[in-house]
Amino acid sequence: MRYAFWPGCVSKGACPELYESMILTSAKLGIELEELYDGNCTGAGVISEHEPELADALNARNFAMAQKMGLDLINICSTCQGVQSLVQEKLDRDEEYRAKINAQLAEEGLEYKPGLVIKNFMWVLAEDLGLDKLKEQVVRPLTGLRCGPFYGCYILRPSRILGMEEHPERDDYLEQIIAAVGAEAVEYEGKDKCCGFPILTNNRKNSLTQTGTHIHEAKNQGADCLVTPCPLCHLNLDAQQPSAAEVIERELNVPIIHLPQLIGLALGIDPDKLRMNRHVIGTQAVIDKVLAAVEA
Amino acid sequence: MDVRLKVKRQDGTQPDSSHYDEYTVEMPEGATMLDALLQVRDYEDGGLALRYSCRSSICGSCAMRVNGRARLACKTKASDMANGDEPILVEPLGNMPVIKDLVTDMEVHWDKVRRITPWLENSGPEPEREHIVMHETMVDVSNALSCIQCGACVSDCTVLEVDKHFIGPAAFAKAYRFVGDPRDDTTMDRLKALSSAKGGIWDCTRCNICVEVCPKDIRPMDRIMQLREQVVNAGVEGGIGARHGTAFAGSVRRTGRLDEVRLLPESVGMFNAPRLLKELPGAFRMMRAGKLPWKDTLPLFSKPIAGIAHVRRLFDNARSEKKEAKR
Repeated sequence: MRYAFWPGCVSKGACPELYESMILTSAKLGIELEELYDGNCTGAGVISEHEPELADALNARNFAMAQKMGLDLINICSTCQGVQSLVQEKLDRDEEYRAKINAQLAEEGLEYKPGLVIKNFMWVLAEDLGLDKLKEQVVRPLTGLRCGPFYGCYILRPSRILGMEEHPERDDYLEQIIAAVGAEAVEYEGKDKCCGFPILTNNRKNSLTQTGTHIHEAKNQGADCLVTPCPLCHLNLDAQQPSAAEVIERELNVPIIHLPQLIGLALGIDPDKLRMNRHVIGTQAVIDKVLAAVEA
Repeated sequence: MDVRLKVKRQDGTQPDSSHYDEYTVEMPEGATMLDALLQVRDYEDGGLALRYSCRSSICGSCAMRVNGRARLACKTKASDMANGDEPILVEPLGNMPVIKDLVTDMEVHWDKVRRITPWLENSGPEPEREHIVMHETMVDVSNALSCIQCGACVSDCTVLEVDKHFIGPAAFAKAYRFVGDPRDDTTMDRLKALSSAKGGIWDCTRCNICVEVCPKDIRPMDRIMQLREQVVNAGVEGGIGARHGTAFAGSVRRTGRLDEVRLLPESVGMFNAPRLLKELPGAFRMMRAGKLPWKDTLPLFSKPIAGIAHVRRLFDNARSEKKEAKR
């Protein structure tokens, strides 16, 4: 299994632990990653607010680079997935528009042709690797660990462009993966809602109320941690969690784990190498529980 | 087929009265949720309150939550909602008070619609007969015109859950319908109001729930994004929300990637000391955790990607085309 790898800006910026854990975890799973070092930001749906056509051209550039490598595209960010799927739908549907965008890429020797496969790591685990294969590779089952899944909006909605018809279980993969590595998925209301990150600058109170409410709910349902495939959600859920706790006036202190870190733990990778020590909310309680389960 | 329902019951005047009742009704294949609920009301429990009228997804009266999502009961097949061993969960719309059972007080929604001045304003001389508009000029708003005001998007809006002042998806879609209407001559005033209002367009999180639940494919969030684009294009003051977009694009133009460290101060304003002070503890927490390495916090060191010239060319193309179109 070989993919053109789009790491996204945040895994190369404020969530370096995501990038490092993805590299280690995918190597262990036998997933080869050819990184798009020269790829550009997808715009995260922000650039498209003011300049939709520019955002489409920027994404088409990444798509064309993956195609030039002859590989499917993998990402590790719900937001990147949502933006990429949305742009791809537009480009694939409208030949005239595609030609207009391609004309801008020509100078760089790039061209986007319809039909590129673009998959988040979560989808790759469930659909390309397969959960049975994943289970086989688990050497440290995460028995007893209670994980609240947190998807991130853009990997779930709008469902019509996210392949949900062909893969109706895409809104349940996180629970299935949590179970596959031996942990237990905690059901709570906020799992598919908004983390609030997109409005952190504009409306801090609303943003942190959203993030705090979801964490608090999951904690009330007995979650030891939340697991997310989205680093933007991670920024609000983890890095902003102490501020969110102040805003909603509740004690939180719930570790937030990136999806590749969860898999890496189950594959037996050293937690320090997975950079579990690079979180704002300490993850030691999670690590202790995982290691205690192994000893038992 | 047997349809098993678990229906939330509540007397709005008595907040503690909420509970769930379960019913099983025999229905033909292809029956809708509304058919099943009417069967319950007519033959099982005459006290069940629900609102409905046209039964053909035109009037928008029978919006309610089925399995946790707002839907039109008359447009939803009961067989599609079956949950294996679990009964189908039926609840009233969210984000508004309940009058009884599945009937909500829609005043919350109408209040928001009133906030956006939901009528055409034109101070010019009245035409002799009707205002004639070119077909093409109305295409853009025709989608928003199809809204049936069912309140599904209002019910599930994740911002309204935490902020009742948010104008909300349905009212913004309605606002777009007037902003885009060539007969209206208050576009600038409308854009200013929508941009600066408490709970205005910049408070939308882009969570896409309204897009997902809308039974008429209005895609209210897309209309909100179009309003944002128009605010920026018209040069209307957009505050932090608009600056966030400008700063974001600036970062990608500069380096090809998003530079989170500069995004926040550039969005809230480099000289917005009270706000920046509020963010300082968070920044220190991140640095202490090794999430913001020192070299990256000095903007001088954020290196552009190798193909930055090509990225900048895409920016310049888009912007010169925009200028051309304006001219």
